[in-house]
Amino acid sequence: MSLKDKLNELHERGLAEIKKSGDLKDVNQVRVSLLGKKGPITEVLRGMRDLDAEERPKVGAFANEIRDDLTAALAKRREELENAVLNAKLANEAIDVTLPGTPVAKGEPHVIQQIIDQIEDLFLGMGYQVLSGPEVEEDKYNFEMMNLPKNHPARDMQDTFYITKEILMRTQTSPMQARTLETHDFSKGPLKMISPGVVYRRDTDDPTHSHQFHQVEGLVIDKHITMADLKGTLQVLAHELFGDKFDVRLRPSYFPFTEPSVEADITCFNCGGKGCKVCKNTGWIEVLGAGMVHPNVLKMAGVDADVYGGFAFGVGPDRFAMLKYGVDDIRNFYLNDVRFLNQFTKKG
Amino acid sequence: MKISYNWIKEYLDLNVKPADLAEKIERTSVEVDDVVKPSDGLKKIVVGHVLSIEAHPDSDHLHICQVDVGEDAPLQIVCGAPNIAEGQMVIVALPGSRIANNVKIKKSKMRGVPSAGMICSLQEIGFSEAVVPKEYADGIYVLPADAKPGDDVYDYLGMNDSLIDLDVTPNRGDMLSLYGTLHDLSAIYDLPVKFDQPAVKEAGEPIADQLSIHVDESLAPQYKMRLVKQVKLAPSPMWLQIRLWNAGYRPINNVVDITNYIMLKYGQPLHAFDYDKFAGEDVYVRNAKAGEKLTTLDEGEHDLDVNDIVIADDKAPIALAGVMGGLDTAIADGTTTVAIEAAVFEHDHIRKAAQRHNLHTDASQRFERGVNRTGLQDALDAAAQMMDELAGGTVQTGTVVAADNVPAPAVIDITMSRVNAVLGTDLDQAKVTHILETLGCDVTADGEKLTVTVPVRRNDIHIPADLLEEIARIYGYDELPATLPTGRMTMGELTTSQKLMRATRHSLEGLGLNQAISYALTTEDKAKMFLMQPSEVTKLAWPMSVDHAVLRMNVITGLLDDIAYNSARKVKDVALYEQGRVFYREDGTDRPSEQEHIAGAITGTLLPTAWDAPAQPVDFYQVKGIVAAYLKDMAVNGDVTYVANTDMPEMHPGRTADILVHGHRIGFMGQIHPTIAKKFKIGATYVFELNLQAIIDMPKQENQYDVISRYPAITRDVAMLVDNDVTNDQIVELIEKRGGAFLQSVKLFDVYDGVKVPKGKKSLAYTLTFQDKHETLVDDVVTQAFEKVEKRLQDDLGAEIR
Repeated sequence: MSLKDKLNELHERGLAEIKKSGDLKDVNQVRVSLLGKKGPITEVLRGMRDLDAEERPKVGAFANEIRDDLTAALAKRREELENAVLNAKLANEAIDVTLPGTPVAKGEPHVIQQIIDQIEDLFLGMGYQVLSGPEVEEDKYNFEMMNLPKNHPARDMQDTFYITKEILMRTQTSPMQARTLETHDFSKGPLKMISPGVVYRRDTDDPTHSHQFHQVEGLVIDKHITMADLKGTLQVLAHELFGDKFDVRLRPSYFPFTEPSVEADITCFNCGGKGCKVCKNTGWIEVLGAGMVHPNVLKMAGVDADVYGGFAFGVGPDRFAMLKYGVDDIRNFYLNDVRFLNQFTKKG
Repeated sequence: MKISYNWIKEYLDLNVKPADLAEKIERTSVEVDDVVKPSDGLKKIVVGHVLSIEAHPDSDHLHICQVDVGEDAPLQIVCGAPNIAEGQMVIVALPGSRIANNVKIKKSKMRGVPSAGMICSLQEIGFSEAVVPKEYADGIYVLPADAKPGDDVYDYLGMNDSLIDLDVTPNRGDMLSLYGTLHDLSAIYDLPVKFDQPAVKEAGEPIADQLSIHVDESLAPQYKMRLVKQVKLAPSPMWLQIRLWNAGYRPINNVVDITNYIMLKYGQPLHAFDYDKFAGEDVYVRNAKAGEKLTTLDEGEHDLDVNDIVIADDKAPIALAGVMGGLDTAIADGTTTVAIEAAVFEHDHIRKAAQRHNLHTDASQRFERGVNRTGLQDALDAAAQMMDELAGGTVQTGTVVAADNVPAPAVIDITMSRVNAVLGTDLDQAKVTHILETLGCDVTADGEKLTVTVPVRRNDIHIPADLLEEIARIYGYDELPATLPTGRMTMGELTTSQKLMRATRHSLEGLGLNQAISYALTTEDKAKMFLMQPSEVTKLAWPMSVDHAVLRMNVITGLLDDIAYNSARKVKDVALYEQGRVFYREDGTDRPSEQEHIAGAITGTLLPTAWDAPAQPVDFYQVKGIVAAYLKDMAVNGDVTYVANTDMPEMHPGRTADILVHGHRIGFMGQIHPTIAKKFKIGATYVFELNLQAIIDMPKQENQYDVISRYPAITRDVAMLVDNDVTNDQIVELIEKRGGAFLQSVKLFDVYDGVKVPKGKKSLAYTLTFQDKHETLVDDVVTQAFEKVEKRLQDDLGAEIR
């Protein structure tokens, strides 16, 4: 038998043994028995010294070829077996991926806060300041400087929580109009502000009334502010809060501190304007009061009403939240039932 | 005010449907509450002629009636009304009909007798109890004798009219009448009003010989009377009754009905006195005198206030002016001479009198808002003439005019450039002039300047801004463009303190707390709890309820109320925070100062219990972890320390700590006292409250990059036994002080005070981490530093190193 035949036979036998090996230990034994120092291939190579000088490199090359092939076959077999072991282990580690995830501690902003933040961000983007005023207010700012003198029919004692004759819980955020008008330096630029905050009314709490609720006041005063600007601004607000398909319409109304005064309606959420029970078949829902600032308000705050003018609006975040989310009882906002608070978690 | 569509159409050539008219009014002048057609929803309700009636054999009040309803054979209907009589024309709901409230009427038997339908009262076909004439209040209604059997009843009763309910804003008193509404609609639709002003047929003696009136003109700037003799009281004609009940008024008799009708038509409240019941021939308009009393028409007895305006005769008050007439001089059976009053009373007095006597009448409402000061005589004349026509009265010659101070019309200058500058429009002068003229104004132009004379009846228009509103609404708000303010740029940016408040909320939400907004008005008891500084309570003068009567001086109690609310609804795991104001008041001041606070409260478990995590009830260290993490987020400059506080009455004496920054107390935290928990009906609850304003005002650290060492760190653990009263803070402070330059951190990893340590002792174990930023630390250096620490612990704190 020539060395070459021997090598061929070794090659075949080796491949068969490698194929037969059942685990990594077997593979190792096969490796040692085939390729080890005392293994048959080494032995064959040792026999090479008997060959002609001519033959020797050919057989040597052939033997190396066989050895490399067997080495590769062993590596391949080892990898197969290792993978099988790993796969078996992983199969063992399988879990029920439908079990619930581990809870994490996570808190949410209050739904009213979300609406206020949204309004703040919108107006900050349009160059407004955000100002906050006192909740305990003077009669002077809450009423008198808002063009509601002491005997004005629109300021019934019934609606106001007075502390003393002159000190009260503010019934609106509008006193911030008077306060900022008094201090604003118009030489530095126009006044553009919103003022969110808590207000109080002498009401009995029920599904649609709360003695405490929120308002966001808005005020823009400059030399050339128009009612069209008011309409455009309210449209932007409605689009931001409710979506682009909502339209705004203005209706005449009456507030002592604005003239003209308007109520703003937006397209009914429920029916999209077709008319339904929620909007009393009008297709519109009243959402806020607004108007052009009354010259008396400007004059009382020391602003020249012949030069400066502008608009003001008052938004009720509670009402917005009720409309937007279909909340049927305003008291939910102040009782803080966790099951209620956790319904408004959508971000962005 | 309910206004009739048909009535409007008598004077205005309108070609719009009632719903469209209502929509137009709402968009252009005042809010509309609803539009109702009274016959809507009714079906098969017809005129019936009662041919005969006989008593029901098995009933003492039912009658069996044969009723002609225009069909071949009469219907037999059983009727229980006490006023049913043969020959009457009645309202019959046929079998298969629908009456008020969508009730269906079917053939039936009543006590064994078949009944094909129902004879109806007005209430049963939808009339309000308040408008049904008294004589028909308890029985069926009887239609006029010329009604035709089988006809629908709706037209006989004015039920096919549409009634538009206006919610008139306080400034638009002029809209509280047909007259005012017509003029507004005339401007809106650009149509002329055809208003009929009757001429008065005067026939009697000069009134001046029969009546003198003495008026305090500061109380009644205008006051007039007419006298009508020989009136015969009777029910008003059907058309008048229909006008009244459709407007929400009960027909009473011709004289009273005429005064109400004229008020609705002209907006001028009138009062009809029985002249013969006056004591003397003098009438006075004056303030009430102390001790005077008056019984009003509604039989209410009133102790008059000296600020009330009264109409009085020689003896006593006979009316509460502008509010309600007196019973003694009221129109009643036997009245033959009527004194009709048309006046204007000072509105503030009327408002206060209506409030004082809790008598808010249609008259007082109109006087409060102001009536048409140029319309008194027309209203008075129309009423007198109607009393002639409908009550056979003789109008005495002349009018007593005791005061007639008609204000001058407002004259307002406005420029076209101003109009367009404020409205953002591009209106031309002709358009604006036309709008103002359709509103009844006189307009003269001088270049672009308009001089506008406003009709006196529009008492809400005084200044250019008022005219702008008129122009804008008649032009149409829908026609205004929508733009955004232009002009100099302004920065929109939150202030530092606003940013910190937002960061506070985000931080606490990230730490697992839900934001709560609780009531700031609370009870005195709760207001005074958890006080962080001494303060007087601030009370409401007239609270609505004791629960919300005092301004809070802490935020925690609101959160405890919230937890109680959740707990009562079986929600046991609650973690809330609230950012809001507390109100501190100094003795001797009226107005409290407002301080921003931040507070939290946790109860139950912080994390929801889950299948892979056992429930971990909240404890002190959880709330401390939250506070510490929050304060780290706020990066206040200075050490934050926690000092046990055993003295807060609402807090657990052994589980409460003051929170100090750089030695200044900014708040506290811990477990609420079990007796407080019991009072609120809640379980073990941990809370914190911080003076947020103080945090806002404190200097802050800036974020700063610090090189992260590339060289390995070496750690050493030390465990020790110390006396129970040695605190973690003491140990950490000592280690940090003595640990040398390379000590990076000290971390507590075990605390044990169980059975394996001697009584009075506890075991604490710390990991000390050493690291050099510039080279690899040599073990000897660390050992040296560590041994120094161990020795100091033994010497200074009596620690036994284990």
